Amino acid sequence: MTSAPVTVPASHPLDETHQQRLAVREGLAVGLATAAYGVSFGALSVAAGLDIWQTSFISIVMFSGGSQFALIGVLAAGGVAAGPAAIASAALLGVRNGIYGMRTAPIVGSGLWKRLAAGWITIDESTAVALAQPTARSRRVGFWITGLAVFIGWNATTLLGALIGDALGDTRAYGLDAAAAAAFVGLLWPRLKRMQAVAVAVAATVVAATLTPVLMPGLPVLVAALVAVVVGLFNWLGGPALPGSASARRGRRS
Amino acid sequence: MTLWQIIIAASIAVLALKLAGYLVPPALLAKPTPSRIADLLTVALLAALIAVQTLGSGQALALDARIPAVIVAAGLFAIKTPFIVVVIVAALVAAGLRALT
Repeated sequence: MTSAPVTVPASHPLDETHQQRLAVREGLAVGLATAAYGVSFGALSVAAGLDIWQTSFISIVMFSGGSQFALIGVLAAGGVAAGPAAIASAALLGVRNGIYGMRTAPIVGSGLWKRLAAGWITIDESTAVALAQPTARSRRVGFWITGLAVFIGWNATTLLGALIGDALGDTRAYGLDAAAAAAFVGLLWPRLKRMQAVAVAVAATVVAATLTPVLMPGLPVLVAALVAVVVGLFNWLGGPALPGSASARRGRRS
Repeated sequence: MTLWQIIIAASIAVLALKLAGYLVPPALLAKPTPSRIADLLTVALLAALIAVQTLGSGQALALDARIPAVIVAAGLFAIKTPFIVVVIVAALVAAGLRALT
């Protein structure tokens, strides 16, 4: 998964079929793994004060784990008053999907409806599986199978999690607030492979914690995001720039 | 703003960003800076959310059962434990500590 895609095109038709079958298998496996933690999103969303309809709406329309956890995290801390900050946090975490779209557009091909559907399911997982395949066809198969598998699994288990969360009542007693923090750690972990990312993570943690007692809920997270803009702009601690960086191949959860 | 308005606005914003990627000319991708900032933006936001989710209590800082739970979670991710297992263990650690104290 993390290794660079092999660029040798499969010339033999049997090879091609085999590659596509591998892409399908990988897509389904990723879909299954992602679905498993849709349960935690559903339960945490209800714990944050959303109802089951609202929780499912987010998983269907927004459909991006990091943004979804961010939205409910900020709402849990600040309530409706933190709405603008919650929207901004979710949107900023969604910027990377736009970058993925630039990479997956050539894989998907043209056609308005096809691109609309593809855009909707352009996330860490579908992009990562697609880019890891060796041939044009297997990349396309990997993209669609992964995106659809994650979409179906994630929405089904979100609903299940919301129903469970609804039945639990006092979610703090079950440690669901700590589970939310652990979920963020899981989303961050695969992205900490380079010194620059680690430095940004540490600085953002300090900034957010320091500002929490000072600013209204939601804002500390947004101010901490400025760390990334500044470090990224000047490429501090970055070493030589890699054209078209490997963001999609790093970290596939969320 | 009502809760529904917040949810709809945020959902549309995230969906629009995904679709925007298919409209941007690919030449932009050749420049490393936008990609790098997007990568680091994700890192910074997730790290900040961990801090707030672990230490925040409304508009105050609180040291409680969430801290050991998150430390355990980081350790488990370091040894490549599956996501769902870590999340459950973290919840159990926090719930267990709260039940004891």
